Amino acid sequence: MQWTKKDILDIELLSPAEIELIFETAFGLKEISERPIKKVPTLRGQTIVLFFMEPSTRTRVSFDIAAKRLSADSLAIAAASSSIVKGETLLDTASNLQAMKPDIIVMRHSSAGAPHLLARTLDVSIINAGDGMHAHPTQALLDMMTVKEKKGGLEGLNVAIIGDISHSRVARSNIVGFTKMGASVRVAGPPTMIPPGIEHLGAQVASSVDEALTDADAVIMLRIQKERMRRFLFPTEREYARQYGLNEQRLGRIKPDALIMHPGPLNRGVEISSEVADGPFSVILDQVTNGVALRMALFYLLAGGSRDADTD
Amino acid sequence: MQIQIKGGRVLDPGVFDGPADVWIKDGVVAQVVPLVADDQTAPAGPTDGSGERIIDARGMLVVPGLVDMHVHLREPGQEYKETIDTGTRAAAAGGFTSVCCMPNTSPVNDSTSVTRYILEQAARCRRTRVYPVGAVSAGLCGEQLAEFGDLKAAGAVAVTDDGKPVSDAQLMRRAMEYARGIGLQVISHCEDLSLSGGVMNEGVVSTRMGLPGIPNAAESVMVMRDIALSELTGTPVHIAHVSTRESVSAIRAAKARNTQVTAETAPHYFTLTEEAVKSYDTRAKMNPPLRTSVDREAVIAGLADGTIDAIATDHAPHARVEKDLEFDLAANGITGLETSLALGLRLVEAGALSLEQLIGRMSKNPAAIIDKPCGLSAGQPADVTIIDPEARYTYRASQGRSKGRNTPFDGWDLKGRTVYTIVDGAIVFDLSEEI
Repeated sequence: MQWTKKDILDIELLSPAEIELIFETAFGLKEISERPIKKVPTLRGQTIVLFFMEPSTRTRVSFDIAAKRLSADSLAIAAASSSIVKGETLLDTASNLQAMKPDIIVMRHSSAGAPHLLARTLDVSIINAGDGMHAHPTQALLDMMTVKEKKGGLEGLNVAIIGDISHSRVARSNIVGFTKMGASVRVAGPPTMIPPGIEHLGAQVASSVDEALTDADAVIMLRIQKERMRRFLFPTEREYARQYGLNEQRLGRIKPDALIMHPGPLNRGVEISSEVADGPFSVILDQVTNGVALRMALFYLLAGGSRDADTD
Repeated sequence: MQIQIKGGRVLDPGVFDGPADVWIKDGVVAQVVPLVADDQTAPAGPTDGSGERIIDARGMLVVPGLVDMHVHLREPGQEYKETIDTGTRAAAAGGFTSVCCMPNTSPVNDSTSVTRYILEQAARCRRTRVYPVGAVSAGLCGEQLAEFGDLKAAGAVAVTDDGKPVSDAQLMRRAMEYARGIGLQVISHCEDLSLSGGVMNEGVVSTRMGLPGIPNAAESVMVMRDIALSELTGTPVHIAHVSTRESVSAIRAAKARNTQVTAETAPHYFTLTEEAVKSYDTRAKMNPPLRTSVDREAVIAGLADGTIDAIATDHAPHARVEKDLEFDLAANGITGLETSLALGLRLVEAGALSLEQLIGRMSKNPAAIIDKPCGLSAGQPADVTIIDPEARYTYRASQGRSKGRNTPFDGWDLKGRTVYTIVDGAIVFDLSEEI
């Protein structure tokens, strides 16, 4: 199939066939990162701007490495969290960027919908690298890619997502993505962290962590942010770990070949114990490795995937 | 100057409905002369032949001047959004002969000088009547009562901290008691700030969009508090912009036990739902937020059974730069003066309200809440709106009179529009001269 999308804003906007094409492309490009010389000239002469208006290390570095492995020129801009504070609107900042003729803008922003605002207004391709609590499509794609790689497919799998669903763009995108690809998704966490109507995105709300874990093929643990305690979402990290954390005692409920995943950064001893994070079920670092290949695939497809991949 | 409005359907809610001529003389309604069947010419009225203007109102609706008790005119201080001149232009074009302007200007209207300034500017415009609403608390800071006595003497008709809810229950209690002594209506923007904290309605759509939500309870808990305080103090309270089913129920129950509570809702709450923000469309961002269809239906039912007394627009013009932003950073509010009547007429078309109910909720009811005269009885100030109920047009915000273009109704096909607005016997809007 031919790639036709201008932007990657949201998993909801991708068809299953497009998602399969992204996986196929990513698996093909993954091998480049294993070579002694980890670079191909495919995107030579293309400019990719990493426009990060919210702090990020891992995701930004992953995009940056992906761009460089395809020989694109990439540059990172870290702006203050609010464009208003600087006295320039987001659209003005982005229009200025576009005037310098980049090919792709990768954007992270603390406001849900900010990449959509840019995509509506600008001609340049936009990749959403996380917008507020809304979506993190590249994370969901790399999570799905990792499960597909280990399990051979996604259809019919049970995926559990545990933690702060309310504030998680990773959870939202994974719920939509995994269900779109034929998996079933169960979520669990304290009721303070389960948003109203999450079942309309395709998730079943489990009444307990143990219920969500039962017969799971993959478990995605979400990072707990300590500052949420101040907003009365949970009492203490200690209690969170005991009630909702993933530890070895709980692993008995999952399938024997299940995958333990985490988008990082880890809070060891809170949502996940070190024994589990470093244990045999964990594919947390495979996620990171696949993230580079997945992002290379998106650059490749958006930059005009019809040209032949030069992978020599 | 005299005006004869001839041959229209005259609808003075609770008083008269039928074909009639309306005679206006010296700024007051001189007479409503019912027409007998098949007689297009009424008996001679009290004319002396000088300076007489005849308006052919056949096929038109002639009603008491519309009153919008909740408008942000932005002046003084935010003239880049709206001025009293542009705001009253929009009001007159929308059929409004009176508007109440909210105190969240810069400086805040918590003083004689700001109230007087607003009235002087409005007098200079000679268009729609402007009734200033003063602040409940000095500077809208929620710490100390504003000088209600001064505000009343300068011309304020009510007090509210609109946009900044009165969080302190004791302050609200004392404001009600003190306002009773001065003779001012208290209007409450009901929102529990510790519960709200979001940017759209909390529910399925906010979950999908990843936007922080504002639950219905953020409004209704304060509606219930203010009803309790009204009962405690024996003072009337008016609930602004009702958006939830729970608020409607609470007000209905309070009215059933004769609590002195009145309420308004805005056209967007009976027309739109949270679905309107789905594409992160900041033109549909407002506070309180657009709710679900169940709430919308409850608001309509509240209007129909009289639980909600008045339709008020919460006209909130903003500059483009304040709306072309990330959704959570964009300003709250939409314009409303030029679309309110046509959106209300949709309820009549749908059979949810009678025409008489609609006009009452847009004229006599709000006027009664702020204790101002309204109606077409002889001797009343001649504030009259003439409506072409059949006119069909596509509403274009860019062609509006307000400076604000921030409305989700831009491009809507509407039916029914104001053709003349008459204030104090003077024509302040004439559609034929505008187009």
